[in-house]
Amino acid sequence: MSIPLEAYLAVGALLFAIGIAAVLSRRNAVAVLIGVELILNAANLNLVAFDRYRGGIAGQTFALIVLAIAAAEAAVALAIVLNVFDTHDEIDVDEVDALKG
Amino acid sequence: MTDSALLPPVLPVAAVTVEAVAFGALALVAVSCALLSALAPRIVHAAFGLLGTFLGVAGLYALLGADFLALAQVVVYVGGILVLLVFGVLLTARARPRLGRESRPAVLVPSLVGGLVFAGLLAATLGTGWRTAPPGEPRPTTADLGRALLDPSRQLVAFELASVLLLAALVGAAYLVRRRRDR
Repeated sequence: MSIPLEAYLAVGALLFAIGIAAVLSRRNAVAVLIGVELILNAANLNLVAFDRYRGGIAGQTFALIVLAIAAAEAAVALAIVLNVFDTHDEIDVDEVDALKG
Repeated sequence: MTDSALLPPVLPVAAVTVEAVAFGALALVAVSCALLSALAPRIVHAAFGLLGTFLGVAGLYALLGADFLALAQVVVYVGGILVLLVFGVLLTARARPRLGRESRPAVLVPSLVGGLVFAGLLAATLGTGWRTAPPGEPRPTTADLGRALLDPSRQLVAFELASVLLLAALVGAAYLVRRRRDR
């Protein structure tokens, strides 16, 4: 095993930062969800990498649970986006401000 | 120890190189596709960038010896979440002409924040003395994962909570997108 743990963590950090930038810069709600998926993947990569370099399997089980949560999150978030689109004819997250005080 | 000392040194070197090349290629695919999915003006292109990222990360899982997780990543993310996202793109693409091709958002602040986050994470990663055990030979993980997930003294509670969460998400999503009678 020649690749150091830090290499995997650096890839995870890069994916995480790209996801953060995508969530902040995007205005289409579906594109924001794409950024969220990037962030979740980065966290999962870190969990699996720690698992490999520490021994044991706990990180992988939690990565599996993150996978399940990501699936649930995508389903509910898309249902909300489609509902907002139905009622407001709009999926730009800056324009959906009906609850703004 | 003595056995490995007797082996010609070319074998470990070759294995190291193959692994390093595989890691570099997979990391490059994952990161460049992530950049595409963050920057592509069309959301469909962003979704396809996400496909590359998912596959690259699945390859990295395989490189880390997490065989079951790599397959689960492909099945759940590519087969489930990505298809769901593309459905979302297609179902919301009709309203206004500029939808599906979003107006150019502010790039400076998000990329600045992203760069700062990356710099901070990288500094923390390199500044921490990780006490890593030398990883052993990769073994099939499916049986171990199953035992860990169903063992009450390990991750059984998290597993059951995830099951309840999935059920709640199923009911909630079906409720949210149901056809209303009053409209």
